[in-house]
Amino acid sequence: MSPFATLLLRDVKLAARSGGSAALALSFFALVATLVPLGVGADLHLLARVAGGILWVAAVLAALLSLDRLFQGDFEDGSLDVIALSPLSLESVALAKIAAHWLSTGLPLTLLSPLLAVLFNLPLSPGLILFVSLLIGTPAVSAVGAIGASLTLSLKRGGLILPLIILPLLSPAVIFGAGAVALALDGLSSAHALGLLAAFAFAAVLLSPFAAAAGVRLNLGG
Amino acid sequence: MQFLFRYANPHEFMRLSGAVLPFTVIGTAVCLAVGLYLGFSVPPDYQQGTTVTFLFIHVPADVVAELAYGAIAVCSLLSLVWRHPLADIAARAAAPLGAVFTALGLITGSLWGKPMWGTYWVWDARLTSFLLLLFLYFGYMALWNAVEDETRAGRAAAILALVGVVNIPIIKFSVDWWNTLHQGESIISGKIAPIYLWPLLIMMLGYVLLFASLWMVRIRTVILERRARSLMQQGR
Repeated sequence: MSPFATLLLRDVKLAARSGGSAALALSFFALVATLVPLGVGADLHLLARVAGGILWVAAVLAALLSLDRLFQGDFEDGSLDVIALSPLSLESVALAKIAAHWLSTGLPLTLLSPLLAVLFNLPLSPGLILFVSLLIGTPAVSAVGAIGASLTLSLKRGGLILPLIILPLLSPAVIFGAGAVALALDGLSSAHALGLLAAFAFAAVLLSPFAAAAGVRLNLGG
Repeated sequence: MQFLFRYANPHEFMRLSGAVLPFTVIGTAVCLAVGLYLGFSVPPDYQQGTTVTFLFIHVPADVVAELAYGAIAVCSLLSLVWRHPLADIAARAAAPLGAVFTALGLITGSLWGKPMWGTYWVWDARLTSFLLLLFLYFGYMALWNAVEDETRAGRAAAILALVGVVNIPIIKFSVDWWNTLHQGESIISGKIAPIYLWPLLIMMLGYVLLFASLWMVRIRTVILERRARSLMQQGR
């Protein structure tokens, strides 16, 4: 197995087993979706209107929950130093970690979203668009999040500062993702919004490993 | 580049900025006084009435808010590529100024919005993207303060600033896109009359000089602080 695949598999296993950050993110996502009707009322009409936005925001927040551990755990127990010594470049390490984070949070969130869409009374085709938009957009959340995680990895309380750094940078993903659902709800084509979302995600996944690797490097070396 | 490095050494910077500072301070005072006088004496706009005066204090604040981020980005690039300590100091010193000008732009914008739009806040594309810019400033400053080692903090903040520079046009585009999705264009665009243009330009110059003066003072303060600290350590 290639070093990249080994690292990817290791991180997915860690997320799935110890501490279960993947399960935590999923529960958080479902809980936020449950609290919203309690807050805004059970009007099914209103819920369908806000479903796209709420579920997108909830998905981003849920993905953020486990982001601060992306590099920090490995940094604290020293395995990040060992990984940095491996033949894998730090950029590839960052990409593997982004992929593992997406596989353990973004993808499960996406798979859960159709169920929550039903709870929010979202009709079939906007619900499908929500699913597709999360599928396309959540890699961007993991990728941009990895930049924040790398910059804050040596901080004791990095988890507090991470959302402040990352959320403004992620606003385009929320806008295009929730926008695609809103367009579908109005019976319009969401192809444009999904295209923009895909472009954003593609650029984020392509460029973030470089910034994240720079962040890791400065915290490791000095 | 060679030219830049000559003046990027703290000693040279202190000398040069000390010579320039009185002029920028006087320039700021003159521009703001003249600009405000002209701004308050312009004839009322046929649509906006006397509230058009807001134009002269609001628009320059927005311009400087963006300018400050640009300044941070350039300093960050200098710091990352050439590892120049002064660039770190300069970037850090510009951030609170940029945040204050962004907040000023938001506050004057919303006060202007009350008579114009009938409400203090509308989710207009420009207001929204400036609100996001304010949060970018907050995140940048928080990162600076959170990392204890100053060199590391500087490099982490520089990476964040450059990521922000790549992302800001995308954020701006997405907010514009979002705005047309949710509501129609709410700003009446038209050509600006010369009688409004002159006070605006003078005020803009005043704001830019104000930013430059405050920025230099802040950088000088940090340099002096460090000198004082190293002198204290020597004396011990």
